[in-house]
Amino acid sequence: MNPKRCAACKYLRRRCPKDCIFAPYFPPNDPEKFAYIHRIYGAGNVSKMLQQLPVQTRAEAVESLCFEAKCRVEDPVYGCVGIISLLQTEIQKTEILLAKTQAEIVVAQIKHSQNQNSEFM
Amino acid sequence: MRGHEPRSSSSCAACKLLKRRCTPTCIFAPYFRSSDPITFAKVHKVFGASNVSKLLSEVPDEQRQETVNSLAYEAEVRLKDPVYGCIGAIASLQKKMLELQHDLAVARTRLLAHSGANNHVPPLDDSPELAAFLDLVPYSDLMLLDGSSLDAYLYDLGQPPFV
Repeated sequence: MNPKRCAACKYLRRRCPKDCIFAPYFPPNDPEKFAYIHRIYGAGNVSKMLQQLPVQTRAEAVESLCFEAKCRVEDPVYGCVGIISLLQTEIQKTEILLAKTQAEIVVAQIKHSQNQNSEFM
Repeated sequence: MRGHEPRSSSSCAACKLLKRRCTPTCIFAPYFRSSDPITFAKVHKVFGASNVSKLLSEVPDEQRQETVNSLAYEAEVRLKDPVYGCIGAIASLQKKMLELQHDLAVARTRLLAHSGANNHVPPLDDSPELAAFLDLVPYSDLMLLDGSSLDAYLYDLGQPPFV
């Protein structure tokens, strides 16, 4: 058994085995991290998700789950999907503006070459 | 002979999956119709039915449909990308946005050069919230796609079912 329980096992009030799936990612000095994840996903779901991932990707998966869980706690209706929606809207606006600007460049180039031609005539 | 009791034909998708009786006050029923079993299956796989029930009970009635929509979207993205989920999506969108802003700055400089001093190029109306969202996820640490692969990923991401 781990002499010092990980944050997950502390939260779940159980002993922390040597091969605890949570221990590498939930150190005891950061109890809030597991609390967020447990509140939104549940320990069982997170354990299943981590078991299905290669070991070298689990740390990143935990960080992303934690970020999403925090977003969902702060905004229970939209979570981090609100951010995705905002970014997509801004991208669309910027693409339209870019296309408009590029069209204006073409118009300006045509006007410029027309002016040059009329000077020679 | 004891007949097999038929399940209620009005069971919602959640109660069908959870194999329980769907009551008139079922919290899932208005949002997980039996005609679409896949959405609840995905949401249940990522969040778990009891967590979804808790989340829904914590938001006002009139916001529950939007909540379900965002949970379904988040679950879908997480199942497609089990490591990064929506964070990968946000990081990719951030990258696309920064590339577009750069392209737009270059285009505006070219337009200014062509237009000359007489023609006024109106200033950009950048929202301060956008600046904050472009720095949310440190995407340089993620293996992000480029060019047309990024565009294909963002197209496949789809839009959340609300604005």
